[in-house]
Amino acid sequence: MKIIFFAYSLLFLSTPTDLVNGDGYKIGDVAIDFSLPNVDGEMVSLADFEDAKGFILIFTCNTCPYSVAYEDRIIALDMAYKSKGYPVIAINPNDPAAIDGDDLADMKVRATEKGFSFPYLQDVGQQVYPQYGATKTPHVFVLQKEGKNNIVRYIGAIDDSSRKPNKVKKRYVEQAVDALLAGKSPSTTTTKAIGCSIKTL
Amino acid sequence: MKPNRLLPILLFAIYSFAQTTEVASFDYQQLQPLLHQNSESVQVVNFWATWCAPCIKELPYFEELNKLEGVEVLLVSLDFPKHKQKRLIPFVEKHKLQSKVVHLDDENENYWINEISTTWSGALPATLIYSQNRRGFYEQSFTKSELFKEVKSYF
Repeated sequence: MKIIFFAYSLLFLSTPTDLVNGDGYKIGDVAIDFSLPNVDGEMVSLADFEDAKGFILIFTCNTCPYSVAYEDRIIALDMAYKSKGYPVIAINPNDPAAIDGDDLADMKVRATEKGFSFPYLQDVGQQVYPQYGATKTPHVFVLQKEGKNNIVRYIGAIDDSSRKPNKVKKRYVEQAVDALLAGKSPSTTTTKAIGCSIKTL
Repeated sequence: MKPNRLLPILLFAIYSFAQTTEVASFDYQQLQPLLHQNSESVQVVNFWATWCAPCIKELPYFEELNKLEGVEVLLVSLDFPKHKQKRLIPFVEKHKLQSKVVHLDDENENYWINEISTTWSGALPATLIYSQNRRGFYEQSFTKSELFKEVKSYF
């Protein structure tokens, strides 16, 4: 029976349409923790952040122009919210064998160049992003700690103007985290933006 | 006139000709009618960008589709507005794209992604296929055979 379940889960993971059609997390779901390598060589888990109230978890990468366009805005989010208890955790979901420029060494170079103030982790074996239901980079999941669980409170875009930073009108992630910090539910819980498909072999 | 004196003139002529390539920039309101044409042909709308490697890989398949009787292809570029002149237009020229190409320049992604398809998460590449009685949205890359098979199912 175990073998059948294993075979089923392999089948499930290898069917891209299943991921696309929203089998990932929904608002209110408990998000899994993970242990992934950071650009500094350490392994990082959500459980390491004992004092955090939650997380701004962002699937992003080196090679997607939309991700690059958001790098400064991601750094600004970490600067603004780490001290308030919501650090940014960035995860690169791309299979480095499927695209040049997204292996851990490349990530380390980019993190150093840009001065990333947050962990930039590699989704080794691509086990994490399918469980979250990330489909693209960048793709944000705001998590709120409840006891030992991390509850999904917001899924989507960082703001409403990916291609023109000077035209941003709605800062979705900021609004969501501000609401959580004020003990409220975010008024907007899911949004969409253009991004790059996650690269797999 | 010696041939070497002709060369700059010739180059200028080619350059001038090349510069005539135009790609219209639309907001979603302007694009929307092109996604709802009441046509006898099967309409194939591919959302792509010059920086999107899987998009570029499948672009020749869409170009081939466009040659088929009863199929019309529209390539909607999501290149950054600042890259339209430097990257998008040179790409269209270099690859001599025959399908209609438009540039979607509309910041309100959270609105129009859902308008195009509620099943679209926003990842590229993505393709809309529709006929008078059927619509389908595909957030995926296609192989040539997959694409042709899917489009033929709309006839």
